[in-house]
Amino acid sequence: MGEIKNNNSTGMELGIYTLGDYLLPRGNEKTMTEYQRIKDMVNMAKIAEDVGLDVFGVGESHQERFVASTPQTILAHIAGVTNKIKLISASTVLSTLDPVRVYEDFSTLDLLSDGRAEIVAGRGSRYGAYQLFGYDLNDFDELFEEKFELLLQLNDEQPITWNGKFRPALNSVQIYPKPLNGKLPIWRAVGQHFASAIQAGKMGVPMNLAALYGASSVFEKRVTAYRNAAQESGHDPKKLPIGVATMMYIDKDSQTAFKDYYAYLNNTFSQLRGVDFPKEQYRQATNIKNSIMVGSPQQIVEKILYQHELFGHQRFIVQMDHGNIPYKKVVEMIEMFATEVVPAIRKATRQ
Amino acid sequence: MKVVGLSGSKVGSKTRTAMDYTIKALIEQYPDIEVTLIDLAEYDVQFSDGRDYREYEGDTKYVAEMIMDADAIIIGTPIFQASIPATLKNIFDLLPEKAFRDKVVSMLVTAGSPKHYLIAEQQLKPILSYMKAQVVQTYVFMEEKDFYRKEIVNDDIIFRIQRLVEDTVVLSETYTNIRKAKEEQYGF
Repeated sequence: MGEIKNNNSTGMELGIYTLGDYLLPRGNEKTMTEYQRIKDMVNMAKIAEDVGLDVFGVGESHQERFVASTPQTILAHIAGVTNKIKLISASTVLSTLDPVRVYEDFSTLDLLSDGRAEIVAGRGSRYGAYQLFGYDLNDFDELFEEKFELLLQLNDEQPITWNGKFRPALNSVQIYPKPLNGKLPIWRAVGQHFASAIQAGKMGVPMNLAALYGASSVFEKRVTAYRNAAQESGHDPKKLPIGVATMMYIDKDSQTAFKDYYAYLNNTFSQLRGVDFPKEQYRQATNIKNSIMVGSPQQIVEKILYQHELFGHQRFIVQMDHGNIPYKKVVEMIEMFATEVVPAIRKATRQ
Repeated sequence: MKVVGLSGSKVGSKTRTAMDYTIKALIEQYPDIEVTLIDLAEYDVQFSDGRDYREYEGDTKYVAEMIMDADAIIIGTPIFQASIPATLKNIFDLLPEKAFRDKVVSMLVTAGSPKHYLIAEQQLKPILSYMKAQVVQTYVFMEEKDFYRKEIVNDDIIFRIQRLVEDTVVLSETYTNIRKAKEEQYGF
């Protein structure tokens, strides 16, 4: 396992991630081009580094209205225009890729970025990639578990000898290049499946947990299940970092934030999932115990710290550029997050 | 307001006959309503494989999207083997978990045994509730003796169909108004 240091002395790691969505324009929104979207994403990464964020992530999607089918390529470019910020996939749809290739890509990224690359490996939540690459959705769990184990094994021991169902066997093979420090940090992306959190714990791998909406305490149960499974399997939960990923909308004025955000959130849900986000659920977002990260910087600080009490997580990453939020507003939010939220969180979570 | 009539079986004629009466009553009583009848016997719908309903193709995509786009759905179903037909259950399986949120759903049931009203009560209603439908509690239950050569021969059934149509539309309008009033208070 790649070394992921517990960051007790500097406090929680904070960052942003993007899925590169450019949805159908509504009302007087302009149609976004793929070219402009990808340029904006790169600029977001530069800004994130300039304002002192710790992490920048790009998530993989293979479908219309998403520009990021290959996060490692985008991150490789970002590696060349940044110096410090960690570059993660958030996440990689490992189930439809060849783990050997993923290892090669991210080892290369790691060398290019002076050791800043990390993999967050997930199964994907959409059908498109499975169809595109010729995988059967019925193998959803099997595909991921086999490929994830292979990826971890590649990271731990080479030459590697391996045998499985979904790719040709490897007989005492070395994969090149190797990451800068020998190993890559590899996280397991966990979404709605409890079993996936438990599996992450059993394997003793860091967990990147999506906590998009609903009561924050609901996600605490997944965190507890993860730590319990780790403990039972002989891994020290204290050494296993947890990352939390969600969406965020922030404004100086809490009422403005709350009022303006619904359209973007609902746009994301209605276009990506085919169902509207219920207004009666959204209205509860003003409560500190609700996980939807919308509000003034002070409210966001309170929400993150409330979650930190529940989860004790080491990393928190947010998606700000979703649902066609104008790029100018995204930049403002990144800056506001960095100057008015991040210092308070770091201070409060430093031990 | 958009209403979809869903005739849930590929087998037999009674459910379709009852649906034809229902659609006719709907058009007569509410000429401004946009209404579509989907008879599953006329569509080639594949089994649900778990994907997003918009990612299917052809008839499957059409049927799923029409239902998701409706404000109210009138489901007609026969009872086979003491259950709803697989064709109808498959429609539910194709849709998202809370597909019927903010939708009104009403039912017509054709059956060979009077005891099979239990299927509507104990199988169909729980599914609709789980999928968050506002269910019209009163349904029209019909037996073989109510039909003769693809016509309904029991006046009581015809009256009940007319009332079902009215209940469906009134309930849908009422919920729309309640929702609108509630959402106006939110201010976002």
